Amino acid sequence: MAAKKDKINDFVIRFANVNGTGSASANFLFTKAIFRMGIPVTPKNIFPSNIQGLPTWYEVRVNEKGYLGRREGIDLMVAVNPQSMLKDVKDVRAGGYFMYDSSKPLHKEYIREDITYLGIPLMQMCNEAYTDARQRQLFKNIIYVGALAALFDIEFNVLEDLLAEQFKGKEKLIPANVKALKLGVDYVHANFKYPLEYRVERRNLLKDKILMEGNAACGLGAVYAGATVAGWYPITPSTSVIEAFMDYSDEFRIDKITGKRNVAILQAEDELSAIGMVIGANWNGARAFTSTSGPGLSLMNEFLGLAYFAEIPTVLVDVQRTGPSTGMPTRTQQSDILEAAYASHGDTKHVLLFPSTPKECFDCMLDAFDLSEELQTPVIVMTDLDLGMNDHVSPPLTFDDKREYKRGKVLDAEALEKIEKFGRYLDVDKDGITYRTLPGTHPSKGSFFTRGTSRDEYATYTEDSAAYQRNMDRLTRKWNTAKKIVPSPQVYKKKNESKNGILFFGTSQYAAEEAMDVLKSEKIIVDAIRVRAFPFTKEVEDFINSHDKVFVIEQNRDAQMRSLLMIEMDAEPKKLVSVLNYDGMPITADNILNQVKTNLSSKGLGSKAAAKKPVVLKVVESKKVAPKKKVVAKKKTVKKEVAKKKVAPKKKLVATKKVVKKVLAKKKVTPKKKIAAKKKSNIKVVAKKKVATKKKVVAKKSNFKKATKKRK
Amino acid sequence: MTYIRPKFRHPELPKNKLGYSVDYYEGALSTLCAGCGHDSISAGIIQAAFELNIEPHKLAKLSGIGCSSKTPAYFLSNSHGFNSVHGRMPSVATGANLANRDLTYFGVSGDGDTASIGMGQFVHAIRRSLNMTYIVMNNGCYGLTKGQDSATADQGSKNKSGNVNLFESIDLASLAIELGATFVAQSFSGDKSQLVPLIKAAMNHPGFAFINVISPCVTFNNNMGSTKSYDYVREHVEATATIDFVPEMQEISVEYGKGKQKQVVMHDGSVIQLHKLSEDWDPLDRQSAMNAVLNSKAKNEILTGLLYVNPDAHDLHHMINTSDRALNSLTKAELCPGSEMLVDINSGLR
Repeated sequence: MAAKKDKINDFVIRFANVNGTGSASANFLFTKAIFRMGIPVTPKNIFPSNIQGLPTWYEVRVNEKGYLGRREGIDLMVAVNPQSMLKDVKDVRAGGYFMYDSSKPLHKEYIREDITYLGIPLMQMCNEAYTDARQRQLFKNIIYVGALAALFDIEFNVLEDLLAEQFKGKEKLIPANVKALKLGVDYVHANFKYPLEYRVERRNLLKDKILMEGNAACGLGAVYAGATVAGWYPITPSTSVIEAFMDYSDEFRIDKITGKRNVAILQAEDELSAIGMVIGANWNGARAFTSTSGPGLSLMNEFLGLAYFAEIPTVLVDVQRTGPSTGMPTRTQQSDILEAAYASHGDTKHVLLFPSTPKECFDCMLDAFDLSEELQTPVIVMTDLDLGMNDHVSPPLTFDDKREYKRGKVLDAEALEKIEKFGRYLDVDKDGITYRTLPGTHPSKGSFFTRGTSRDEYATYTEDSAAYQRNMDRLTRKWNTAKKIVPSPQVYKKKNESKNGILFFGTSQYAAEEAMDVLKSEKIIVDAIRVRAFPFTKEVEDFINSHDKVFVIEQNRDAQMRSLLMIEMDAEPKKLVSVLNYDGMPITADNILNQVKTNLSSKGLGSKAAAKKPVVLKVVESKKVAPKKKVVAKKKTVKKEVAKKKVAPKKKLVATKKVVKKVLAKKKVTPKKKIAAKKKSNIKVVAKKKVATKKKVVAKKSNFKKATKKRK
Repeated sequence: MTYIRPKFRHPELPKNKLGYSVDYYEGALSTLCAGCGHDSISAGIIQAAFELNIEPHKLAKLSGIGCSSKTPAYFLSNSHGFNSVHGRMPSVATGANLANRDLTYFGVSGDGDTASIGMGQFVHAIRRSLNMTYIVMNNGCYGLTKGQDSATADQGSKNKSGNVNLFESIDLASLAIELGATFVAQSFSGDKSQLVPLIKAAMNHPGFAFINVISPCVTFNNNMGSTKSYDYVREHVEATATIDFVPEMQEISVEYGKGKQKQVVMHDGSVIQLHKLSEDWDPLDRQSAMNAVLNSKAKNEILTGLLYVNPDAHDLHHMINTSDRALNSLTKAELCPGSEMLVDINSGLR
C-alpha cells in the first residue's frame, strides 16, 4: 500500500521496557539500523534511578529533515512492560500504533478506539523457540525488533550486518539472534498489513556523520588533550565520562614496552577529594580533570574558589541533571549555570564552555585544557544528561595534528635564570595573567607558596588592603583577557533580518533550530545566536544590543542564562524574554514555538512598546496552556529513587558499542537470581552487581579486541 | 614570636653532602606564639632535611588550614609550598604526587585539620598508600580560633577556660595503624633527639609515613588539667625505644649501652636502628604495635617513638602501575593518539 509521503522517515517510536532486561541493546540495534540506512535518528533514554525492575523507556525520533531534537507524541509504542502499560497506551497519538505482547489477552482498560493494536505473542513465541529462561527473556526484545523491521521496512541485511559486527569473534551466537529477528518478521508478514504508513526509506543524508554519546566524546577528548590525571567520584550522569576516559586510556595510554600506564585515574572518596586531586596535579604541571553533576558541583565549590584565587588550572566536566538537591538524577536539565559561573564564596567567576554535539564535547575538552592553562583558572565544560548519555548524530571527530597543547605562562629553569627576582603574581604582560613555576624546576629560583589567602605580587602573605585590591583588580583584568580567547558564539545570520532574536546554548540547539525553520515557514523571521562560552564575548553583546527582543531559550525554571546575561552584560531585563523547559525531558521545538508565538502574537512583532511590558509573565501563563507530560514513577518506588542518589544507570556506553554482546553475557544469569532480586534481597542485588561488572569488563575487552582488529 | 632574625650565620657552619649549611633549609620567620611546639617541629624538619641531604626544590610541602598548616612557610623556603583548604591537603597531595612521582612530598596538618574536617581525606590517603610524610602537629585544640577543643582532646582534659572535654578522643596513631599505614610514629615536640631521626626515617619510607607529634599550645592548652600541656606530656611520655636513622652505606658511629636492639633495613638499604626496646613490642608487627599503643593508653602514658613500620611497602604508583616517568613530563607526542587514530574511531561509530 502506498504510504503518505509525510510519514516516510518522520515518526517517533517509544519502547516501554523493564530496566535490566537487556532491552537497551535490542533498542539500540533498531536505532543503529536506521542510522545505517542514512536517515537522521535521535534516541533518548528515559531511564529510572534503578538497576533492575523499574520502568524504562527508549524513545527514537526518525526525521528526514534532520531535526534531532525530541518531539512530543508517540506514533508507535512498543509496550512490553505491564507496569507502565496503562500510561503507555495513553501516550500514543491518535491514529498511532500500539505493539504489545499478546500472549495473554489485553484487558479492556487498555483499549482505545483511535489507535491500532499490533499484538504479537512474544512470550509464547520465545517459549516455543528457546529453552533457556534468560534467552526467553532476551530474545523477546530481538523478536520485536524483527517485527518493527518488517513494519517499518528496515532492510533486513542491515540488521544482520550489525549483528555480525557485534558478534565478531563469537559467531556462534549470531544464528540465535537472526532466528529471533526472523520470528518477528515472519509474524508480521503472516498477521499484519505491512509496511505501515510510518516507515523508513534509505537515504544518504548522514554522509560522514557518527553516532556517539557526549560523555564518550568528553572522555576521548581528555585523552587527545593530554590529560594524565583524573580524580573522580561516581555520580549519574557523569560517570561514563570517566569510564570512557578509562577505556580509551586502556587503548592508548599503556606503554607498549613497559606495560605501564601513562595515566593515573583514581576513584576518590568524594567530590571534594576528586577536585582536590585535580588541583594538586595541575599545580604540579600535569593536565588533570574530573567530571561530576550538580550535587558534586555543590561540593566542589570550596576548591573551585581556591583554584580561582590561587590561580591553578582546573578542568571540570559538569554533566547537568535535574536539580535541586538530588532532584531527578536520571533526567536532564541546564540548571547549574549560575552555580558554575560563580562557584564558591567571595568574588569568583569561572570560564564555562557549552557544547551542543559530541564533536563539540571532544573539541571543548581540547579547548578547556588550553584555556585553563593559559588563564590559570578553572574551566567548566557544561554538558547535560541528554548530550552526555544519549547517542547523538554528530559531525565526525577531528583533530589537527599540528595543534600543540597551550601550556600557558610556565617558566622553566632557563627562563628563571634570566630573572632577577621572580614574582608569581606580578602582571608583567599587563593582561592579568602572571607567570608560574612548577615544583622541582630550579634549585634556588622560582619557589613560592601557593595559598588561598591574600598575598602580594611575590606570593608573600599579606593583609594589606592595597595589595589585596590590586590582586582582585588584576583578576578582573585576566577575566577581560578571557573574553578575547574563549570560543565565540555561533551567529546564524551574517546580517540581522529581524528585530527579534533567539539565544540558546547546549542541547537546546536541536529544538531551537527546528523551531526557527518552522517560524520561517510561517513567515516569522527571527535572528539567532548560540552561546558557546562564558564570559560572554562581544558578539553576544552586539546581538542583544541590536535586537528589540531576545528570546532566551534554556532548560531550567529560573532563567539562569538570562540572569547571567543581565548581570554580566547589563542587558535590559525587559528585552530578554524567557523560553523555559524544566520538566526533566529534553526541550522540544513545539514547546519553543508555543512560547515564542504566544509572546509575539500577544504583543505584536517585536514592537518597542511591547518590549517595555513584562512579557515574561505572559510566557509563564502560556506554559500553563501547554502542560508537559511527566514521567512519574510509581508510588511504591519513589522512596527507593530518592534514597539512591548516585546509582549507576544502565551501562549505555557498553550497549552503544556492542549491542548484542550484552545479550550474550546475560545468558549466564539464571532466572532464579532474577526472582530473588525482585524480592529485594540486598545481598542478591550486590551479588548481581558484581556479576554485571565482570560481564562489562569481558564485553569491553572483547570490544577492544575487535576495535584493534578493525584497525589492522 | 621574634620580629627580627639576624641574617648573620657562622661562616664555618657544617655543610652537608650537597654543600648546604642548615640555614639553607630555613624558611620565613615564624608568626606563631613564642614557645609554640610547632616551631620546634619546624626546626626538626629543617634539621632532618639538612641531614638527609635533600635538594629543597625536589621537595613539595603541603598543608591545610590552621596554626600547624602555616608552618610550611617557616621551613624550606626553596621548596614549593601549597597551603590548601581546611582538611583537604591529602587530596591535593595525592594529585601532586600522581603528577610527579619524582619529588618528595611532605604534608603538615593539625588535629582539627586532620581529625575533624579532614578525617575523610586523611583515612583515604592512608588506604591508598600515598608516598608522603604526613605530620600532625597535635595540640588538642583549635589555636587559630582561640582554643576550642579538638577531636584529639582527651576525655576529661580541661582547657584554658576551665571547660572539661566530654567526648572520647580520636587516637590518630592507632587509627593510622588500623588503616594500614606502613610507617607510624608518635613523638613530642620537646624531644628533638627522637623527632629528627623519626622524620628522616619517615621521609625515606616508600609509602604513607605518619607521625603524630604532641605539640603543646602555649596560649590555649598549656594549663593545669590539660593532657596536652608541656608538663603533662613530659610526665607521661614513654618511648618504645630510642631511635636512629642511618642512611644507606653509612657507618654507625655512636656507642649504645646495654639493652635490646633491633635494626630495620629499609627498601633502599638505609637502616632504622632501635635501642632499648620496650618489652612485648615488635615494630614490624602491626598487632603488637596496636597493643603497645592501647596498653600505654590504659596506663595514661603517651607512647612515643616508632610504633610500626613495614619496610617493604608499595606506594600508590606501584598499585596503579603508572609509568616510571613523571606523568607531568610526558609530551603530546606520547599522549595524543593523533588524527589517524581518530579516523578509525569515527568509522567505529558509524
